[in-house]
Amino acid sequence: MFRICFRSVLSFFVVLLLCNVPAIAAPDGKALFMSNCASCHNPIKESTGPALQNISKTFPSKEWGYKWVRNSAALIAAGDKTAVDIYNKYNKTQMTAFPALTDEEIDAILKYADDYKAPSAAPKEGAPAAGAETAESHSWLYTVITLSLLLLVVILWRANNSLRRAANEKQDIPNEKEIPLYRSKVMIAVTAIVLFILAGYWLVNGAVNEGRQQNYQPLQPLYYSHKVHAGINQINCLYCHAGAEKSRQAMIPSSNVCMNCHKQINEYTGEAEHPLVTAEGKKINGTEQIQLLYKYAGWDPSKKDYNRDANGNILATPIKWVKIHNLPDHVYFNHAQHVAVGKVQCQQCHGNIEEMDEVFQFSPLSMGWCINCHRQTEVQFTNNNYYSIFTRYHEELKSGKRTKVTEAELGGLECQKCHY
Amino acid sequence: MSQKQYWSDLQDLNNIATKKEGAENEFKEELPFDLSDSVLGATTPRRDFLKFLGFSTLAATIVSSCEMPVRKAIPYAIKPEDITPGVPNYYASTFADGGEYCAIVIKTREGRPIKIEGNEMSSITKGGTSARVQASVLGLYDKARLTHPMADGKEATFEAIDRAVKEGLAGKAGYLVTPSLMSPSTKEVISQFIAKYPTVKHVVYDAISYSGMLQANEACYGKRTLPTFHFEKANTIVSLDADFLGTWLSPVEFSKGYAQGRKISAKNPKLSKHYQVEAIHTITGAAADERATCRPSEMGMVAVALYNAVANGTQPSLSSPALNKLVTAAAADLKKGNGMVVCGTNDVNVQTVINAINDKIGANGTTVNWVTTSNYKQGIDKDFADMVAAMEAGQVGVVMLHGVNPAYDYLDGKKFTAALAKVATTVSFAERLDETAQKCKYIIPDHNYLENWGDAEPKANYYSLQQPGISPLFKTRAFQDSLMAWMDAGQTYADYWKLYWTTRLSGQANFDQALQDGVIEPAGEMANGGAVYAGNIAGAVAAIQAKKPGTGTEVVVYQKVGIGHGGAWSNNPWLLEMPDPITRATWDNYLCVSPKRAKSLDAELTGFTEVDYNKRVAKIAGANGYTITLPIVVVPGMHNDVVAVATGFGRDKNVGRAAASDATKGGKNAYPFTSFNGTNVEYYSGVTVTKTEDKYEVAITQTHNSYENRPVLHEFTLEEFKKDPHALQKERAEEIGHYSGLPWEKHEHEGEAVANPEMEDNYRKNGTLYPTHLSEGVKWGMSIDLTTCTGCGACVVGCMAENNVSVVGKYHVLRGHEMHWIRIDRYYSGMPDDPDTIQTVFQPMLCQHCDAAPCENVCPVSATNHSSEGLNQMAYNRCIGTKYCANNCPYKVRHFNWMDWNGADCFEDNIFEDGRRDDINDDLTRMVLNPDVTVRSRGVMEKCSFCVQRLQEGKLAAKKEGHPLKDGTVKTACQQACPTDAITFGNVNDKESAIHKLRKEEQVERTFYVLEHIHTLPNINYLSRIRNTAEVIAGNEKLDGMYTEHI
Repeated sequence: MFRICFRSVLSFFVVLLLCNVPAIAAPDGKALFMSNCASCHNPIKESTGPALQNISKTFPSKEWGYKWVRNSAALIAAGDKTAVDIYNKYNKTQMTAFPALTDEEIDAILKYADDYKAPSAAPKEGAPAAGAETAESHSWLYTVITLSLLLLVVILWRANNSLRRAANEKQDIPNEKEIPLYRSKVMIAVTAIVLFILAGYWLVNGAVNEGRQQNYQPLQPLYYSHKVHAGINQINCLYCHAGAEKSRQAMIPSSNVCMNCHKQINEYTGEAEHPLVTAEGKKINGTEQIQLLYKYAGWDPSKKDYNRDANGNILATPIKWVKIHNLPDHVYFNHAQHVAVGKVQCQQCHGNIEEMDEVFQFSPLSMGWCINCHRQTEVQFTNNNYYSIFTRYHEELKSGKRTKVTEAELGGLECQKCHY
Repeated sequence: MSQKQYWSDLQDLNNIATKKEGAENEFKEELPFDLSDSVLGATTPRRDFLKFLGFSTLAATIVSSCEMPVRKAIPYAIKPEDITPGVPNYYASTFADGGEYCAIVIKTREGRPIKIEGNEMSSITKGGTSARVQASVLGLYDKARLTHPMADGKEATFEAIDRAVKEGLAGKAGYLVTPSLMSPSTKEVISQFIAKYPTVKHVVYDAISYSGMLQANEACYGKRTLPTFHFEKANTIVSLDADFLGTWLSPVEFSKGYAQGRKISAKNPKLSKHYQVEAIHTITGAAADERATCRPSEMGMVAVALYNAVANGTQPSLSSPALNKLVTAAAADLKKGNGMVVCGTNDVNVQTVINAINDKIGANGTTVNWVTTSNYKQGIDKDFADMVAAMEAGQVGVVMLHGVNPAYDYLDGKKFTAALAKVATTVSFAERLDETAQKCKYIIPDHNYLENWGDAEPKANYYSLQQPGISPLFKTRAFQDSLMAWMDAGQTYADYWKLYWTTRLSGQANFDQALQDGVIEPAGEMANGGAVYAGNIAGAVAAIQAKKPGTGTEVVVYQKVGIGHGGAWSNNPWLLEMPDPITRATWDNYLCVSPKRAKSLDAELTGFTEVDYNKRVAKIAGANGYTITLPIVVVPGMHNDVVAVATGFGRDKNVGRAAASDATKGGKNAYPFTSFNGTNVEYYSGVTVTKTEDKYEVAITQTHNSYENRPVLHEFTLEEFKKDPHALQKERAEEIGHYSGLPWEKHEHEGEAVANPEMEDNYRKNGTLYPTHLSEGVKWGMSIDLTTCTGCGACVVGCMAENNVSVVGKYHVLRGHEMHWIRIDRYYSGMPDDPDTIQTVFQPMLCQHCDAAPCENVCPVSATNHSSEGLNQMAYNRCIGTKYCANNCPYKVRHFNWMDWNGADCFEDNIFEDGRRDDINDDLTRMVLNPDVTVRSRGVMEKCSFCVQRLQEGKLAAKKEGHPLKDGTVKTACQQACPTDAITFGNVNDKESAIHKLRKEEQVERTFYVLEHIHTLPNINYLSRIRNTAEVIAGNEKLDGMYTEHI
């Protein structure tokens, strides 16, 4: 049985590997489509531009298609009839030119569109995991064994005591008067001290952790999954959090940033691969959440346009997110310093955000945590000319006296680096 | 070195007990310490202690058991493209308050203006600012601003008022009253409006009038305008009563120019020579090299004497020998060329004489520029007086008042108010319900200048554009829009303005560039030229001589550097709490009198002792029957027969909470003491001053901090400095020169003082047992030039705006709790009895960021410690408020938050309220806070941080771009605000930096550190004060009654 299993798995991998060989060489149509086309085209639905499935069949020629993609404006200007017709059909919206795409890449995109199938809506039931349960039962077993062993020790000790007393009686040695445990001074003293230490430990720990909220995972007004966006769809963090490189604030995107993509993407189609579930286990309908976004953004999906007031201003309401990462008012933290200068990855402080459906606070955000990182982190010292003024460190690096310069050595532990 | 004795106030000379006590007493009030012997008899016995202990434990438990609040993070719904949260945007704009002009840059954060800086692209103000410009951002968020249009005291719509006003305008004789307008587009709108309604006349009314000067210029040169004064080109400056560094015409521009002539170094030991004749003591007088006083009514005679001395060499015979001496010397210097005479008197005859002198000495075309003329002031007193007469006669149907408040600041406000009642349609564009607006039928509040489009032409062919930093906060409308609505222009002023400038600049691209720069100026140096003098000098002299100087007491109505003429400034808590440079008083106005005079009013004890705030109150009765009582503040350097009252106080309660006055607060109105001589308003008049038995507390800050007579100043005459530029360094060497080795080692130069370059380093190393700090990379340092510092206070307010410095209110200033991170100490020298001998020096004092800081050693929790960049750091969240640091600071620059000034802590209803300063904590006003700086809570110490948020920002920008920090890219708020560039700041380790060059090359001779001998190793150095005068006036007990008495 085991062998058969092993063999089939092995052959499966081999097949998979073989399948992948040509895929590595050829352009990845899906990725290209996602990065270049998806904001205006859907494979099977009309949006800003036409649906791309089988669109190549409507082209006069293959070459015409390449020309169109690379620079449609030129074709229109040249008075090409097909081109002008398409231009007029789609409200004279100019298609963005992609002069950098090669013929193969354009073919790959079109092939991806042609082969695209709408994902089935019914999610598959995942098999429940069993590993966790065994681990739990083990620890229970250990507790029982420890407790029984402790009980055994007590019983033996009592038995030993009784035997000794009996022996003493036999030899007429007077026994010490037996004092019950709860009246033993030693016992009371030890208990008091232990309790005092425990209480102190608890109090100090509680006080130190006051205001900290590691693992805080509040319910948000809109179920936004970082896993779907940053993980599955590989959207760069900085696309939405554009402030991270420029400002102290990373910036929560305004709803019009969401709408850059969600004008086209009006339903959640990943139900099958990745069903959305809250931490409490409640199922979430992704498409409903997108509709909710439309409400906030003031987008009317039926009109495919924003609702506007008399002055032409979009009637949008901001989304009142619950703030997860809270620093006290007297702490100054600057994202740009860490992301742009320090080249710290987002995940280092925020955890594997691309795997979180609902974000929780990964790091303690305590001062000790900050300071520790400043102590250990090596500064990008030699490749940023700003640090050229630290001549002594540079000499020491050159002479091999030191191998790195940490943030702490540049004053990264000083109060007024963060408190002012 | 001079044998000068400096005194911070009169009791310094006096050395009386209260002062001593005050100096020894670190904190001005009784501290709740119990020093009794027996524990049980103590006021806080054991049981109370246990109660407190129990309470604190319980409170701590309750607080800590609170749940974390749920905080929201709300992004923009639609993010404006040019805003990145957390990154400031800067917009070039224009500050124009009446005729006061400054080219500015508005710093906005998330769309809120939070700070005003000077625009360095302007060749007029050159990036300088004044205290008022700095404080103007607070005015935007003033809670007393009107939030909607009003008709008959009730809220109304624009449309309803427009209809009513249009009806009222039809065919009726009317007046449009404005202050001096520099805006060409507004003037264009007004002329179009008058074309539509020809019965309306435009009258220009200035609260502080320069009518005499304008009329004299018209008579002498045929143009009713003001010249440009090139202080930077003047070798000799003679000022008769013109406070050109503080309040006269364009102080920022003049300070910039003036400071250029006051930059002195040993290599280039040249100074302009500045003579000042004045009746009161102004900061311009303090900066002057030679100063003499006279009655304001004698100023004309002084001008005539100066004219005669210049023209004919006649010896002057004025009321005092000092005046005669000064006039003779000034005339001799003026004749050498490159001289300039300015005069602050609003009298057409005196100004005619001044014009004649400037013509005689050849100033026209060199220091006085008649080609590029200034548009600061245009008001003619007679026009307004005529208007009031017409109103009284019932000939006027409509009066529209924009930016003026005659009911308060006209010399006879009652007369004006009565006349206004006879006008059927009265319209005010006031931004608040001021004294005049209250009496108007319709009020259409104007935008604040930070909400409005606009422009200015401060000088001929020099333009400045004004763009808003924020959308209008309230239902207000631009004044120009109202006019355009009434003439059915069919467009808004903003559109009109844009079209006006795109047309004028021929094209959108030029317009965009101009808007970005903020200024439109001709290329090259400012066009300069003279004019042909055609004044009637004989007539003017005769008229002056016919008018005999007064004999009794005269009152001078003057402007405070902070509050100015009044207006919105009266309700600006930053300005109210900014100590007046000369009197160092806050929150009130008062009667300034000379020491001698004070003695005759029995005000000696309370007047001289600035420690004793309880001042004797005097009664001042004007010739016109206007009588007020004001507390006496003694000001050495005042003429003995002159008293002075500042404008801008005694305001109505609707002007704002901070401005509101009654018998117990807010001062008195000084304008009724002005008089009209038929042509011009005169800002002085004869009064009788009598003492009363009342007392009134004036919050003066001068004595809050004491050095206990340790020397902190170094002053030389120009002659001394030229003869021996190294005198100061020799003196320093005497203190610190013998530290060439460790104290127990044998010294080469035992006892003898030799100034050498290694002196400082040796002292640093060997003057202590502790190891020295190493500063890798950056080390910040600052230098303050005492010669160019004029004490104007722009830095004080700039610092408040940048660093969220709290306003504490009068009561707490009285208790010594003011929070200013930078203060400007004032020191007098000379003989109190003789105002002409008084010399005044200002010394800005802020945290010296000592490398061996006494405050750091004594902090039990290490809340204050040293950074590798030479900063003395203050961690508020670590501070437990022992105040040891403040006690141990020899410079007295640490300030303790005795109260919850801003609601920064988590307890509710804990905020300090005193009725006057409270609006500063309104949600609206709090929009001015700088989000990069913590708002400090009760119980922590604070002090200057060298604007560390700016340093961090500057370093971050350099790091992002990958180059070392460039000198000059990081400026502290005080440095940026300074109109005389007295402050230099930068990285001392950078050999190319201005601060390094200044200390090691250019100004080696003048550099000193305050209290250097106690080995605090400050990172701020000062440059000695050099006065271009022949003699140093020392106290002389033989000559001076008061001196003898008190020494």
